[in-house]
Amino acid sequence: MKLAALAIAGSLALAACASDEPASGSGGSGSSGGSGDGPKIGLAYDTGGRGDKSFNDSAYAGVEAAIETNGGTVQEVSPNSDASDRADLLTQLADQGYNPVIAVGFAYGDVIGDVAKQYPDVDFAIVDSTGVDVADNVTGLQFAANQGSFLGGVAAATKSTTGNVGFVGGVETPLIQAFEAGYVAGAKAVNPDITVQVQYISPAGDFSGFNDPARGQIVAQGMFDAGADIVYAAAGGSGIGVFQAAAASGGRAIGVDSDQYETVGDASLQAVIMTSVLKRVDNAVEAYIGTFVDGSVQGGQDVVNDLSTEGVGLSYSGGFIDDIKSTIDDYTQQIVDGEITVPETPTN
Amino acid sequence: MSVLRRTGQALLAPLLAVAIALVISGVVMAAIGVDPLRALSVMTDFGDTPSQQVTAIVVILNRAVPLFLAGLAVAVAFRMGLFNIGVEGQYRMATVVAAGVGASVTLPGPLHVLLIVVVAMGVAAIWAGIVGVLKVTRGVSEVISSIMLNFIALGLASFLLTGPLRGSEPGASIVTTKEIPESGWFPSLNGLLGALGLANPPRQLYGFLLVAVVVGVVVAVLLKRTRFGFDLRATGLSASAASASGVDAKRMVITTMLISGAVAGLIGLPDLLGSDHNYGTQFTSGLGFLGIAIALLGRNNPVGIAVAAVLFAFLDRSSVPLQIASIPSSVVTIIQGTIVLAVVIANEVARRIARRQAESGTAVAPPATGDGSSGEPGTGPPTGPAQSTSTAGRTDPTGSAQ
Repeated sequence: MKLAALAIAGSLALAACASDEPASGSGGSGSSGGSGDGPKIGLAYDTGGRGDKSFNDSAYAGVEAAIETNGGTVQEVSPNSDASDRADLLTQLADQGYNPVIAVGFAYGDVIGDVAKQYPDVDFAIVDSTGVDVADNVTGLQFAANQGSFLGGVAAATKSTTGNVGFVGGVETPLIQAFEAGYVAGAKAVNPDITVQVQYISPAGDFSGFNDPARGQIVAQGMFDAGADIVYAAAGGSGIGVFQAAAASGGRAIGVDSDQYETVGDASLQAVIMTSVLKRVDNAVEAYIGTFVDGSVQGGQDVVNDLSTEGVGLSYSGGFIDDIKSTIDDYTQQIVDGEITVPETPTN
Repeated sequence: MSVLRRTGQALLAPLLAVAIALVISGVVMAAIGVDPLRALSVMTDFGDTPSQQVTAIVVILNRAVPLFLAGLAVAVAFRMGLFNIGVEGQYRMATVVAAGVGASVTLPGPLHVLLIVVVAMGVAAIWAGIVGVLKVTRGVSEVISSIMLNFIALGLASFLLTGPLRGSEPGASIVTTKEIPESGWFPSLNGLLGALGLANPPRQLYGFLLVAVVVGVVVAVLLKRTRFGFDLRATGLSASAASASGVDAKRMVITTMLISGAVAGLIGLPDLLGSDHNYGTQFTSGLGFLGIAIALLGRNNPVGIAVAAVLFAFLDRSSVPLQIASIPSSVVTIIQGTIVLAVVIANEVARRIARRQAESGTAVAPPATGDGSSGEPGTGPPTGPAQSTSTAGRTDPTGSAQ
């Protein structure tokens, strides 16, 4: 009897868990989109999958927009919990006839080359990593994240009243360190005496930091307690914890990748998202699919999206930084003109 | 008769568990609007062409090898009543150091591989040995110390990777150690597939599979057929009874942790020697924790662990085709979770049945405690020396002694 009771209790608990997670499951599956013609797009997400309200969602938005104009269908897949099946995801998408196959995230960088060589007739794209010297049919979609983060630093330093701002990085990888470098440089450009607290949620090699809101909240809370009033969350899915910490301590936060003011879906958190450092993954993905449809895809090279192509930038949703728009535009122009060179690696 | 009964009892719990898990998973799938039978058919569909089918099998086996080693590492300690949660940290430390050492030397093929294997086993054994030393000298619970050493290992591995052992270009998105020269690669078994008349898939079947089999046999013999294994199991069943009969408990704790660690050191090697050839930020993590589930499912028995590892690998592989068939891949997570949950319950039920039989005196069935898979010390009257769980200092595998 006890056994039956336990089994039922267990199944209920599991059923509850399952229904709590619409994002990774039901949302991430299924073919959607328009006509039967058009490209069959394979989209392989980074850790976190659909519903991260950030990076992966942005890629999906780009695919959706491309389907709107070109027709076609999309098949989304997410890696398993330890992301050991990345190569398998790409292989199976290519195997099932999806073309182009878009890998979201630099983590695919070490497997995409091998898979692409097995499927020379399929076009691959990889977001945030390079296609140079990888394979002739891989296009890298890269972003000058340091430039966008520089503007984030400018906004934070201009808006800060305490002269103390924070940076929460998801995982201490070179990619996120570029965010840090830009942010710190931007803040110091406005106020050379500003204190910038920098902390990462997890060390290199441990990717939990991109998907751990609880630890994001703890880290950010520590920064607010130490006097910061604005914290930049370059931490993927963990950013939500940073927003919660900001809401709890009356501070403000800067979102990343997507316009998180729009995507966060919680009015109390919306109020603290001063701006977001946009990485227009959606534009890049849409443009890539456009070139695929035109037949003008050039593999083996990179498409770099920076301030000059509006591939990165700040969001103005909520109107919190409308008053400093001229300052932001000023710095933007200086970077585009080459008067300011934004560092790509932290100085310390 | 007794053999038959014992086999029946050994099989009862896992079979019951898998049956319960399948039923629960089916109900859950139906509840979230997925046809369980369709999901099952997608999961068991390995593709149309022979090449696809062989690839699927290779993917499963390649995944199963590290899982098996992880389960084995956990199980060795389990059998002694030690809960080694530190397997995760042990294999990460071992892999990064072994990758560094392997990349810095050039030796003739077999020696090179041997060196990497020995370094990996040694590093992980030392890392696990710290837990053992802390336990016997300071009485630190191995659960606490091994969890905490995991964090230290992760940080230290990350430091080694981004600092002294960094081999990738500055600015590269994925930080890795230097590539191990080709003499240090473990040859794949694809030639064997060809000899068996199977299609040669683009994926390489890890040669480390053979090492894993050998290690499994060695561990099985060690546990079942040696004086050391007897002492180990006896200590696991009752520490006080074992030490009363002359087993040096402290030595046993340290030796067991060293062996568990040495096996843990092998976990990262199939990937390291078979495909990646370097340790990097993308190296598969979490295998140590999965190992706990595998050991539990396999009832700490090497054969059982092998079956459990293949089962988990099969489920893992199916997450991709499930997604392509528009079925949420969380189905896989649900099945894996329910299996582990069901195993814990089933082991407990089997243990009670065994005890009831022992109490009624119809058979001298061996109690199923001490395999670490169930933990309910001190309930019911002790029926024999092996059941006296109230002894102070007995370490309960679930960490909830007394």
